[in-house]
Amino acid sequence: MPFSKKHLLGLEGVSSEEINLILDTAVSFKEVLERPIPKVPTLRGKTIVNLFFESSTRTRISFELAEKRLSADTISFSTVASSVTKGESLKDTAQNIEAMKVDMVVIRHYAAGASHFLTHWIKGSVINAGDGCHEHPTQALLDMMTLREKFGALENLKVAIIGDVLHSRVARSNIYGLTTMGAKVALCAPITLIPVEANLWPVKIFYNVDHAISWADVIMVLRIQRERQQANFFPSIREYHNYFGITKERLDRANKEITIMHPGPINRGVELDTSLVDSEYSIILDQVTNGVAVRMAVLYLLSKE
Amino acid sequence: MKERLKRSYDSKYQQSMNPFKRIENVLLKNGIIIDQEKKKTFQHDILIVKGKIERIGEILEKNFRGEIVDLSGKTVVPGLLDMHVHFREPGREDEETLMTGAAAAAAGGFTGVCTMPNTEPATDNKEIVEFIADKFKNHLVDVYPIAAITIGRYGKQLVEMAELVDAGVAAFSDDGTSVADSQLLKRALEYSRMFDVPIIEHCEDRQLAADGSMNEGYMSTKLGLTGIPSVAEEIIVARNIMLARYTGGKIHIAHVSTAGSVELIRRAKEEGIQVTCEVTPHHFTLTDEAVAAYDTNMKMNPPLRTSKDVEAIIAGLKDGTIDVIASDHAPHSAEEKEVEFITAPFGIIGLETAVGLAITQLVDKNNFSLIEVIEKLSFNPYRVLGLNLPKITEGAKANLTILDTKTEWTVDRNDFKSRSKNSPFHEYKLKGRSDGVLNNNFLFINEE
Repeated sequence: MPFSKKHLLGLEGVSSEEINLILDTAVSFKEVLERPIPKVPTLRGKTIVNLFFESSTRTRISFELAEKRLSADTISFSTVASSVTKGESLKDTAQNIEAMKVDMVVIRHYAAGASHFLTHWIKGSVINAGDGCHEHPTQALLDMMTLREKFGALENLKVAIIGDVLHSRVARSNIYGLTTMGAKVALCAPITLIPVEANLWPVKIFYNVDHAISWADVIMVLRIQRERQQANFFPSIREYHNYFGITKERLDRANKEITIMHPGPINRGVELDTSLVDSEYSIILDQVTNGVAVRMAVLYLLSKE
Repeated sequence: MKERLKRSYDSKYQQSMNPFKRIENVLLKNGIIIDQEKKKTFQHDILIVKGKIERIGEILEKNFRGEIVDLSGKTVVPGLLDMHVHFREPGREDEETLMTGAAAAAAGGFTGVCTMPNTEPATDNKEIVEFIADKFKNHLVDVYPIAAITIGRYGKQLVEMAELVDAGVAAFSDDGTSVADSQLLKRALEYSRMFDVPIIEHCEDRQLAADGSMNEGYMSTKLGLTGIPSVAEEIIVARNIMLARYTGGKIHIAHVSTAGSVELIRRAKEEGIQVTCEVTPHHFTLTDEAVAAYDTNMKMNPPLRTSKDVEAIIAGLKDGTIDVIASDHAPHSAEEKEVEFITAPFGIIGLETAVGLAITQLVDKNNFSLIEVIEKLSFNPYRVLGLNLPKITEGAKANLTILDTKTEWTVDRNDFKSRSKNSPFHEYKLKGRSDGVLNNNFLFINEE
C-alpha cells in the first residue's frame, strides 16, 4: 500500500494501515541504524529544512540524524522566538523557504496549527514536529513502535496517559494513534489538567492514579511544568507529587508488572521517581532510539509522494 | 463631493468617497412594500419628492420628472441600521475609513450605522464624535456614533456623558472589553438614566477568558487551543442584568453568543428589566467546528460556539428575546490575519453579508417571515437607541432599503466595498441580498 498523505500534520484521521506502514518501514530502517555504516542514499539530493521555533533537544537531534542517515541535505534553523518577541512573520519565513526550493519542512512551533499554516505557503511536504498543545505525531509513532516491539501488537493493550493532558500534544497524538490501532487508552490527571469534553474521545478517565495503574499495562507519564502551579491548575508541586506522582512505593503497592514511558524531558522527582526512570520497567531510552527510525520512515514515505 | 474632499485630512484613504447618486425626486415602481407597523406587505409605487415620501399607490409615470426605478420582484423595507460596526478611523485607516465603511454599509443595505468607540484614540470626547459626524454630513448613510463609557476605554473614569449626548452620541460602550469594575458600571447606568441612552456591554470576564482564542469545548480540546468558556460571557451578562435591575438603567448586551446568555436575558425580560440584546449573523450561522483548519477568519470575540448555542440563539430571535441583528463589522488587514491562529486579532467583517445571511439562515432555513427579520435589522435597533423609526408612510422622510430576497449568489470578498477582506463567508452561497438603498436624497443601486 502506498502512503497517500503529502504532509504529516497529526495522527487524527490517519488510518491503521498507514500507521502500520510507517511502523513497518521504521523497523527496516532500525536495522539500517545497526549497521557499521548506518547510512542509506534514499534521500540523496533532497533538501530538508528543520524549523524550530521552540527549544527542543531530543526531537531536533532525532530529526537531523534521521535526515543525515537518509543522505538528505539539511539545514536547521532554530529560534527561541515566542508570540511576544516579534520577528519575521511565519508567512514570510515560509515564502522565503519556498523561494529557495526546499523539498520538505519539519516544523516545531509554539502555536497550535502552525504546521497547517505552513502548508498554505509551501509546495513541499510539511512534517509537524509539535505545534503548541495540538499534536506531535512522530512522538506518538515512536511510542507505538516501542510498544509494538515490546508487546508484539497494540490491539487491546491498555495505555494510561498520566499528567498534564491539557497542555500535551504528545497525549493528543497518542490518543488518536493508539485508539486507531485498537489499543485502550485512559487519561489520568487532576480534573483541571484534563481538557473539557475529553470524554468525547474514546478514552477512559481516571482522577485516581492508583486506579489508573491497576487498570494499565503501560503508563505514559507526562512532564509537569512548574508554571502550571502558578496558574493554579494544582495547588503545589508537592501535592501533585503526593497524589499523582509515579513513585516506587506506588508501583510496589500495585504489585504488578507495568511498563513506564515518558516523552521527555523528565522532571525527575516530580511526575516520576528517578529510580523508576532507570529501572527495568522503563522503556524510555528505547523510545529515543526508535525516534530516529520512525522519523526516517516518515521522511522516506512522504518523499515518495 | 469636492467640498468633502477638501475636508478630508488624508485624501489617500478617501477615494471614491461618495459613489452615491444625488437625487431628489424618485418614482419607485411595482415594489413589494413591507409595512413594518401593520405587519403587512402590498405591491405599490412610491413617489419620493425632495427626499420625502409624497405618495404611495398607483402612480403614473406621465408628467413625472426625475428618476424612475422599476422594482418588479423586489421588496422595499425600512432603511436598515447596523448598530455595531467598527470603522477604524481615526487610527487604522489602512483597515477601514469612515467612508469605506459607509460604502460597505450602503452596499450591504444599511442606511444607518453605529460606530463603536475603539478607535485610536478612543472615541471618548466631543471632538472625535464631531469628527465622525462631520464625515457623514451630506451622505447617504446616517451615523449614530457610540462613545466610550470610560476615558480611553481604560475602565477607570467616566467620560463626559452629558456633553457627548449633546454632541449626538446614541449610546455608550467600552466594546472590546467589559467594564470590569462593577461600581463604575453601576454609576454609568445611573448617570446615563438622565439621557435615556443605553449602555452597551461587551460581556466577557477577563480572567475567565484569559488568553483563549476560541470556544472552550471539544473543538478547543482537539485543536489544542486555549478556550474561552461560555461562562466568561454569562457571568457578566448576569451581573449586568442585576445592575440594570438595581439602577433602572438601560443595558444592551452586545453580540450574545451562548445559550446561557439567551436564557438569562429571556428571564430578565420576563421580569421587566430594561435589557435588550443583539446577535451577529455569524453567531446564528457558524459553529466552532469552522475553526478546524485554524482559519483566522473564524476567530472573533465572542468566539463561534456550538450547535446547541446556535439553536438557542435562533429560538431567542424567534421568541423576541433577541431584539437586534448587528454585524460587529471588524476589519483587519491581511498581514494581521495571515498569522498563527493564537497570534491573529479577533474580528471579522460583516456589513456586506449580513442581509444575505439573515435571509438564508432565518427566512429560508428557519421559517422566519421577512417582516420578523427586518424588525431586527431596522425598527428594533432604532427602538433600542430611542431614535425615530424610518417608516414607509406618506409624509415620512424617505429612508429605505431595496431587497432581492430570491437571488442566490456566491460571496466574493474581492467584490467588497470594505477596505478589509477578513470574511469567513468568502465563497459561501447565500440567498437574498440588498439591491439598493435610498436615504438623505441619495440613491445607491448595487451593480449587476
